Amino acid sequence: MKMALQVNGERHVVGVSGARRLLDVLREDLGLTGTKEGCGEGECGACSVLVDGAVVDSCLVPVGQVTDASIVTVEGLAADGVLNPLQQAFLDTGGAQCGMCTPGMLIAGQAFLASGEEATDDHIREAIAGNLCRCTGYTKIIEAIALAAERSA
Amino acid sequence: MVDTIVARRPVPGRAQLPPRREGPAKLTGAATFTDDLVVPGAWYGLTIRSTEPRARLVSVGFDHQFDAHDVVLVTADDIPGENVVSLISDDQPVLVPIGGEIRHFAEPLALVAAPDRSAVRAARAHVIVATEPLDPVFDPLESREEFSRYELERGDVDEAMAAADLIVDEIYRVGHQEQLYIENQAMIAIPREDGGVTVHGSLQCPYYIHRAMKRALRLDDDQAVVIQEETGGGFGGKEEYPSMIALHAALLARKCGKPVRMIYGRNEDISATTKRHPAIIHYRTGVAGDGRLLAHDIEIVVDGGAYRTLTPVVLSRAVLQAGGPYHCRNIRVRGRAMATNTPPNGAFRGFGAPQIGFADETQVNRVAATLDISPLVLRRQWIYRQGDTTPTGGRLDDSLGLSDVLEAATGTTQFEANRARAASQGRVGPVTSGIGLALGWHGAGLGGSGEVRTAAVASVELTADGRIRILTGSTEMGQGTKTILPQLVAEELGVPYTDVEIAPQDTSVVPDSGPTVSSRTAMVVGGLLVGAARHLRREVEERTGAPFAEAYKKAGPLRIDERFRPYPNVTFDDEQLRGDAYPAYGWGAAVARVEVDRDTGEVHVIECTAADDLGRVIHPVLAEGQVEGGTLQAIGYATIEEIKLQGGRYLNDRLATYLIPTSLDAPKITSILVEKPFTGAPHGAKGVGELPINVAAPAVVAAIHDAIGVWINELPATPERVLQALGSFPEHAS
Repeated sequence: MKMALQVNGERHVVGVSGARRLLDVLREDLGLTGTKEGCGEGECGACSVLVDGAVVDSCLVPVGQVTDASIVTVEGLAADGVLNPLQQAFLDTGGAQCGMCTPGMLIAGQAFLASGEEATDDHIREAIAGNLCRCTGYTKIIEAIALAAERSA
Repeated sequence: MVDTIVARRPVPGRAQLPPRREGPAKLTGAATFTDDLVVPGAWYGLTIRSTEPRARLVSVGFDHQFDAHDVVLVTADDIPGENVVSLISDDQPVLVPIGGEIRHFAEPLALVAAPDRSAVRAARAHVIVATEPLDPVFDPLESREEFSRYELERGDVDEAMAAADLIVDEIYRVGHQEQLYIENQAMIAIPREDGGVTVHGSLQCPYYIHRAMKRALRLDDDQAVVIQEETGGGFGGKEEYPSMIALHAALLARKCGKPVRMIYGRNEDISATTKRHPAIIHYRTGVAGDGRLLAHDIEIVVDGGAYRTLTPVVLSRAVLQAGGPYHCRNIRVRGRAMATNTPPNGAFRGFGAPQIGFADETQVNRVAATLDISPLVLRRQWIYRQGDTTPTGGRLDDSLGLSDVLEAATGTTQFEANRARAASQGRVGPVTSGIGLALGWHGAGLGGSGEVRTAAVASVELTADGRIRILTGSTEMGQGTKTILPQLVAEELGVPYTDVEIAPQDTSVVPDSGPTVSSRTAMVVGGLLVGAARHLRREVEERTGAPFAEAYKKAGPLRIDERFRPYPNVTFDDEQLRGDAYPAYGWGAAVARVEVDRDTGEVHVIECTAADDLGRVIHPVLAEGQVEGGTLQAIGYATIEEIKLQGGRYLNDRLATYLIPTSLDAPKITSILVEKPFTGAPHGAKGVGELPINVAAPAVVAAIHDAIGVWINELPATPERVLQALGSFPEHAS
C-alpha cells in the first residue's frame, strides 16, 4: 500500500502495510535511524517522535494512523548541521552519555519547551517521565532542558 | 603531598572543558549503533533457547513437514573449534550439544537464520526440541556445586568477639539486578573472504570476543575481527555476554554465507543475559562499649547461576572489600560462590562490592544506633587513616580521601543538624522523613595481580601525514573514554584537544588495552597513554630540536606502544590473598534523605548527595555524570529493582515489569568531586565508574531507619518489606 508521510518537513511516499510500526518505517524505509528501539512496548521512550507536536512512542503507532500528520524525529532538530538550542544545551551540560535515550529525550524536551510551561524542576521531570535513562540519573538532562529554556527566554 | 581540591567547573588553571567527543553525533541521530547499520543482503538470526531450568538435550531440529529451503539451522555440531565461550573457565558451551546438559532457562540450544524477520520467526516455530528433565537446584545454600571459595583472616577473631560488649549479628540478602542499558545486545557478523568473520557489535571488550572467536571458530588472529559500534550503555552487561552473541552470529553467517544480524529484543535480553549476583551475607561485628571496632566475622554466599563466567572475580572483590573502609585488626571473611540452575550471573558495575557494601554499612549504622552514637562520629572513629592496613595487609599510604569525602558529604548536607531535627520532631503522621549516611570504597583497576597478567598496551601514533592518533581497545559506552583519553594526550603533548584523534575500536587496528571494566580505563589506560605521549613528545623534540607542538606535523610516522608496568610498591599474592589487593582505591560517601509512608510502605528518596574521591578529575562534567548515574542505579537497587524467579525463570522479564527509576522516582542528586591524586599513575586518576554504586543503597536504608525506626536487611526495600519490618516492630504494631 502506498502511503504519504510528512517527516521533518519533507514528504515521503512509502509502499508498506498500514499496520507496520511507525518506528520501522522511519528506521528501515526512510533510513532515519536516529529514532531508537529500547523495548518495543512503550515503556522506555527511546522511540519518541513528535506527531503533530505531541510526543508519541513510535513503536506503538501503526504507520497508517499518521499519514496525514506532521512527524518530527531527532534528525529534524538540527538545521544545516547546527545544533538547535536544546541539543546545544545537552552538549554543554553533559545531558547525553551513551546516547541511546538521547533522541527520545530531545523529542520530549522539545515538546516541553514548545508547551511554554515554566521550566521548573518538577515540570521538567514530569515532561520526561516517559523516557528512561540509565546513565545520567536524569540530573544533567533536567539541567539541559532548563538551560535551553533559560537561553530562549 | 597534594592538598585536596574540590573540583569546580571549569577547573581553575586547566584548559576549558571540551564537549563530549561523540556528543554532536549522538544529539543529531547521526551516531550509528549496531542496529542502525545497513548491511545489504544480511539475514536475520534468532536463538532457540531452553524452556527448562535443567534437562538433558536429546535432539533439536526442524520438524519433518517444514520446508527448510532458504533457512539455516546451526547446532553444536556446526562449531568448528571448541564448544566453549572462552572466559575464566571452559564450562559454558556456545550451544548445548546433543546429550549435553541444559543448565538454565533460556540457554542457547540452536540457532536459525533466514533472509527476513518473518521467515526466521516462522522457522523458529518449526524447531522441535526434545529433552529429558533433570532435577534443578535454585537455592545457593542447597547447592553442592561450588564455583569458587576464598578465605581471609587476620588477627584473632574469636578472642576479640569473646571480649566484645556488643555483637551485631545479622543476615543480609540481595537479589538479582539487571543492568538495563537502554540499547539491547546487538551483533552483526559478516563472513570474510579469508574464511574468517568480522563482527560489529554493542560491546565493552573487543579482545574478549576476539579470543572467543579464535577458539570456537578455529580462526587465526587476522581472521577474527571485532569492531565496536556506538554502544548504548554497558554497566558490565556487555562485558562477557557479547562473546556468546558474536559466536552465534558468526556461526550462522558462516553457514549461510551471508551477513547475519542478531539483535536482541528487550524480553530476550532480560530473560537470557547476565545479572548482578544475588548474595546472602551473614555478618557478625564485635564492638567495645565505647564504640571501638573489635572484630568482624563475615560469611558471603554468592549465587553464580549456571556457569562460572566471571563469578570467581566477583566473589573475590566482595571478599577483598568486605569490612568496608574501616580499620579492623581482627577480621575473618569466608566467601563461596555456588552454582544454581538459573541464568549465569555476571559483571555489573560494582562487581560484588554493592552487595557487601550494603551489609558493611548497615552493620556500622546498626552499631551506631545500638550504642546511641552518631553514625558520623562512629565513622570518624573507625575509618582508615594514613598508614593503616587492609585485611590483606595492603598499606594505605597514598591517595586516601576517605575522611575528606565523609566530611564533604555530611558538611554539605548538614547531616548532624538534620538528623537531630528529624529525631526531635519524632515520628508523627503516616509520612515521616529520615536522613542516612554511608561510606564506600572501590579498588580501581583489576584486582590482585590482574593488571600485571593482563599486560595492557595502549599507543599514541604520529601518522606520516602529521596527525596524532590514540590507539586503544578501550571502549566508549557513554562514560567518556573518547573524550578523556584525547584530553590527557593533548595535555601531555601541549596541543589542542581537537588535534588528537582516537582510532576506531577495531581489533585489526588497535592493541589489546585490556577489558573496559573495573574502573580501569581512566587510571590504567589513561596512564599508559600519558606515558606514550610523554615518550612521543621527548622523541620528537630530541629529533627536531623544536617544541612538539611546532614540530610534530612533519615528524611522523612514529608510534609509541606503552605496555603496563606494575605500579611502584604494589604487589599481591593471589594464592595467599596477601598484599595490595588493588593498585588504588576510590573513596565515596553518600547522604540520602527519604520519605516513608507507614501506611503503604512506600519509600521515596528525596535527595542524595554523593562525595567521591577520584584521584584526579579529568573532566568534571563527565565525572559528575558517572557519580549521578551510579547513584541512581544504587537507589534503584535499594528501592525498586528486583527480579522475581519461578522455577529458574525470571518472571518480570520485560520493561513493563522490571522497573528502573524514572525522572519522577529519581531524587535530586548532588555530586561532590574530591581529588587525592594517586601517585602511582602519571596523571593521578583512580577511576570513578563503579564507586558511586557501592554507596547510596545503604545510605537509603539508613535513612529509612531514621524515618521509621526499622532496619531493612533485604534489598530492595519494597513496600511489602517495609510493612513487614514495621509489623515486627511493637511501636507500630497496633
